[in-house]
Amino acid sequence: MTFYDVKQKYNGFNFEKYIGNISDEMIKNSIQKEILDSMDFLNLLSPKASNHIEQMAQKAHEISVKYFGKCILLYAPLYVSNFCINNCVYCAFSTINKIKREVLSFEEIEENCKIISSYGLRHILLVAGESNTKTPIEYLKKCVEILKNYFEGIDIEIYPLDESCYKALADSGVDGLTIYQETYNENLYKLLHTNGEKSNYRYRLETCERAGRANYRNLNVGALLGLNDFISDIFFTGIHAKYLQAKFQSAEIGISFPRLRPTVGTYQPKTLIPDKNLIQAICAIRLFINRININISTRESKKLRNNLIPLGITKMSAASSTEVGGYLKKGQSEGQFKVKDTSTVDKVKEMIYEKGYQPIMKDWIAL
Amino acid sequence: MNKDILNIGDMKLESRIFIGSGKFPNNSLIPKIIESSQAQVMTVAVRRFDFTNPKENILSHIPKSVYIMPNTSGARDASEAIRIARIARATIKTNLIKIEVINDNKYLLPDNYQTARACEILSKENFKVFTYMNADLYAARDMQNAGAVAIMPLGAPIGTNKGLKTEEMVKILIEEIDTPIIIDAGLGKPSDACKCMEIGCSAIMINTSISSSPNPVLIAEAFKDAVNAGRKAFLAKIGTTSDRARASSPLTGFLYDK
Repeated sequence: MTFYDVKQKYNGFNFEKYIGNISDEMIKNSIQKEILDSMDFLNLLSPKASNHIEQMAQKAHEISVKYFGKCILLYAPLYVSNFCINNCVYCAFSTINKIKREVLSFEEIEENCKIISSYGLRHILLVAGESNTKTPIEYLKKCVEILKNYFEGIDIEIYPLDESCYKALADSGVDGLTIYQETYNENLYKLLHTNGEKSNYRYRLETCERAGRANYRNLNVGALLGLNDFISDIFFTGIHAKYLQAKFQSAEIGISFPRLRPTVGTYQPKTLIPDKNLIQAICAIRLFINRININISTRESKKLRNNLIPLGITKMSAASSTEVGGYLKKGQSEGQFKVKDTSTVDKVKEMIYEKGYQPIMKDWIAL
Repeated sequence: MNKDILNIGDMKLESRIFIGSGKFPNNSLIPKIIESSQAQVMTVAVRRFDFTNPKENILSHIPKSVYIMPNTSGARDASEAIRIARIARATIKTNLIKIEVINDNKYLLPDNYQTARACEILSKENFKVFTYMNADLYAARDMQNAGAVAIMPLGAPIGTNKGLKTEEMVKILIEEIDTPIIIDAGLGKPSDACKCMEIGCSAIMINTSISSSPNPVLIAEAFKDAVNAGRKAFLAKIGTTSDRARASSPLTGFLYDK
């Protein structure tokens, strides 16, 4: 059984009807519980639960401090290629968009590493557009070997691989995987991803399981918020994370809440997720899965990131560039999305300290 | 009165509080917490050693008078724990090591089998091994036989602040294991620490309940006082407790009538 089979069990479930019957009492009861089940989680995601957001936030804060302390791990993404075989309408790297395409040379990767590590960052996310011809596994392995000279923790966000390729990258030094399902709604997914390997919904959904079997330390999931309705996509992201935690006990499970940001192309998000809903989602996931990393990227504004810290955030990107090799060559290519918080690492650290938290620059040791 | 010294792993300690370091909001608090708790040992995750960021490097903030005990946080099996221990020794030149092997990231419970394996190998390499473990007699014996200098059973799952939930098992360890028993994880209140000391633990280790307090310095002092009180009570031998009232007119007193 895989998560695909788990998700199938919800096929007959009438979300609308269930949510319509959620009462304030049910929500209060779910907030009070020590161990929440999936329906408690759904109760906390319901529109009615937004009336209880302060109580949720208080509990999310309390749980987060207990389990993670007042610590925020910082990292940055390094985009090594924007070649992509997919035509996701919401993404700048889509084949539809006429943008300058490039793959970083190993020398350019080295130069970018020098700059990022000079900020004091010791954790990196290697990002590549989805093209196994432009960025084949051998290229990625070589990238990781360079990154290892500068960073202690290396995660990847690349096209889905099979287990043996994940194992090969782990042997090169990769610790973790980030992959977004984009939307958990299978029908919508198929409409949004009409060709290329990405059109295989199930293969993408089971990606974390292949990395988990390759013994990855970090498995990070997420839905691209704005593609589909907020409640069901957050709900299934949480169920997915819970499933992974039960199946791969030695992995640290993480979740991101990327909201669609302006990019090249004409795609308009189906829904704009307001801040209040984002906060509701963060609190609900913390109550549902106490031990989960929650990651907020520079897609969000400095002000919002600052205010999200006490709610249970454990990881933040800082000084990010979403352009290929953008630390060395700023403004020379289209980024995957527009960065909203452009603060330097020092400024992000300052902001974290001011909030009464501690920035963590290094939280692993390459073995 | 003679000083009550804890001899452990080549250290002679007057304090019986070990402080964990992973959750503080600011490393600048560390010297104040050391001072108020009077702790002489602080554990630090090797994964957090960070010589490129002095302000964020926890090692820069620990007073020189304090023993730094590296821990293997993040290790998922014995071989990873061993590698981390060796890195720690090469980096900060200490033989002290607290083995943490955790293969379950939901509950963060230690893996006793892997811990005992790592303990055996590291003890042979002259490490002074402290083993974080689930309170279990067989595993504690294995660790003792493998050369552990202290056994560190959890009081409750880490981060829960629930207190000494493993009390009955810990009492068995105190009775049966010659190696010092140090309660690690789960203690929430100074009274929990006091209880550990009253029943005969050699020391306690604390982090979450200090770091999550709005006043970490004051609560650290409260833990110090509680540990001292509990230790004195243990040394003084507490009067036994009884569920029944003790009769002032014994029923068998007539046997001694003349």
